[in-house]
Amino acid sequence: MSLREALRVAMQALRANRLRSALTTLGVLIGVMSVVLLVAIGQGARSEITGAIEGLGSNLLFVLPGDGEFGAGPTRSSFEVDDIERVDRSLPGGNGRAAGYVIGAEAVQAEGNRFNATVFGISEHYLGVVDRTIARGQALTAADVATGRRVAVLGATTAETLFPGQDPIGRTVSLGAIRYRVVGVLDRVGTTTFGPDVDRQVLIPISAAQRLFGSTRVDAIFVRATSTVGIEADRAATEAALAERLDESEFSVVSQDEIIGVVGDILQILTWVLAAIAGISLLVGGVGVSNIMLVSVSERTREIGLRKALGARTRDITRQFLFEAVALTGLGGAVGLALGIVLAEVVATFAPVPAEITWWSIALALGVSVLVGLVFGVLPARRAGQLDPVAALRHE
Amino acid sequence: MSAPDLQRGQPPVLLQAEQVTRIYQLGRDVQVPALRGVSFEVDRGEHVAIVGSSGSGKSTLLNLLGALDRPTSGHVRYHGRDVREMSDTELARLRNASIGFVFQSFQLLPRLTAVDNVILPLVYRPGSPRQRRELALEALAQVGLADRVDHRPGELSGGQQQRVAIARALVTEPSLVLADEPTGNLDSRTGEEVMALLETLHADQGTALVVITHEREIAQRASRRIELRDGVIVDEVVA
Ligand SMILES: Nc1ncnc2c1ncn2[C@@H]1O[C@H](COP(=O)(O)OP(=O)(O)OP(=O)(O)O)[C@@H](O)[C@H]1O
Ligand SMILES: [Mg+2]
Repeated sequence: MSLREALRVAMQALRANRLRSALTTLGVLIGVMSVVLLVAIGQGARSEITGAIEGLGSNLLFVLPGDGEFGAGPTRSSFEVDDIERVDRSLPGGNGRAAGYVIGAEAVQAEGNRFNATVFGISEHYLGVVDRTIARGQALTAADVATGRRVAVLGATTAETLFPGQDPIGRTVSLGAIRYRVVGVLDRVGTTTFGPDVDRQVLIPISAAQRLFGSTRVDAIFVRATSTVGIEADRAATEAALAERLDESEFSVVSQDEIIGVVGDILQILTWVLAAIAGISLLVGGVGVSNIMLVSVSERTREIGLRKALGARTRDITRQFLFEAVALTGLGGAVGLALGIVLAEVVATFAPVPAEITWWSIALALGVSVLVGLVFGVLPARRAGQLDPVAALRHE
Repeated sequence: MSAPDLQRGQPPVLLQAEQVTRIYQLGRDVQVPALRGVSFEVDRGEHVAIVGSSGSGKSTLLNLLGALDRPTSGHVRYHGRDVREMSDTELARLRNASIGFVFQSFQLLPRLTAVDNVILPLVYRPGSPRQRRELALEALAQVGLADRVDHRPGELSGGQQQRVAIARALVTEPSLVLADEPTGNLDSRTGEEVMALLETLHADQGTALVVITHEREIAQRASRRIELRDGVIVDEVVA
């Protein structure tokens, strides 16, 4: 029997049992759909997050508390304000390239308006280092930082919420019981999905922030390298400067590329885990196919006996049933893929995460669904092929 | 090697059964000896009737002759080749090329139309779908069902269903047609028509015909009559 003929016979048999075929296909369909959907969301989240890190600007070095091992618990920062200056002085070729900050969440109030902002206590070079610009007014100065002056620079959203339609420069905002004079407003960065929304910031001098939070800690230090080439020299200088005061295990210097690499890897693993979980439903669908194919073989025992009497080889019968199983799962795979893509797009329009359909998830979905048909069709198909024709013909 | 499709001009013996036994194993230690040493030959173009009481081993013998089953001991030879030595593929080819079956219960596939049922054996040999359909339509015309080709078995009378089965058996132009009580499910008048049809085809195409029957009338029209009892041949009458 030719392949085409085997396919035709298989389709004929599936059409004869339309409802059952459709229901059997449904299991595989749902499995493939969830794989495609979850992988699309996982991939979307991955590129969104790595994109957000990239958005900080390239050639950044992050000086973080702890020894930089991922998986270690949260580490208390041992950095002090002096460390920022120490790092900055050590950098080759002029200074003003290191900045430190401390973060806290605090309700900001002004003229009866209230807003949950992210409060950043920053050192004087912060805006330059993270590549942010002032829209109006002025930035915080070295003198502000040195004296802990109660002045603030507002993110675009913070400014609009607290002072709708007004110029905030020169007005006051309160953080807790302390009042700060607004000296500047930042340019809008726009939406990023992950990490703090920088347009909701309130920037105050780091010394003022430490007083506000009642702590002397510095959360992290950023260093902007002058070029991709200079980044290793900066790293060495930074490490040497901090080693004067701190133990090696108390800080680590990582580049933006390293962070993107690690975060990207973690999210990739997360994507695979999601795919694997969805894959379980695909497996359950496969078991359903196997089950129905066994029922089909037993129902069609006489047909199998007859076909053998008329000249079908064991191989012809096996192939016929295998084709039926693969047609069921392949169809489920194709429809599941289409639905998965549509659903991913729908989710993307409502959720903050974009959906990213990758070629490998498409190939995987179709490949796996055909494979599921083969694997779960083999047992029933072999059973069919090996039926004894005499017994099969006598079957009731 | 391909199964021998026997042509004219070859030796007259089509098939030989030699000391054939068939013992069914029931469970671990119950053995049912259905055939206990049966020997005979069928010549090409011959018409043989096999008779005997129920349980005497007629169907068992026919299955062995049709290469659907292998004997426990002894030999069934087609054109000198022992069925026991043939592979699964060779057996399939032999059944497809040289043997046509007609069953008491018709054995048509209910979801296929008459013509698709007749096409069934042609699917297992080379050919285009068009050629197959043409051959099948021709065979259906030969059994007088040219106007029923698109009917499903459920839409046909018993006699018509058996005629579709006969068309399916002859569409491959076999050298042997094996019929196991082909009239067993039909009233005597319809049975008579079906037998007449089988005999005409046998005469016209030179096909050997082996028929199992309970009916004396039908048995008497064969050129040779073999009677089985308890798995052995007890009588052989040449007309
Ligand atoms: N698959 C089987 N397993 C066990 N015993 C069997 C099997 N098939 C047939 N037999 C036994 O073998 C013997 C011969 O059976 P067979 O079907 O050949 O008889 P038969 O002559 O065709 O009878 P009938 O005229 O009723 O069709 C019977 O005793 C039967 O019970
Ligand atoms: Mg019988």
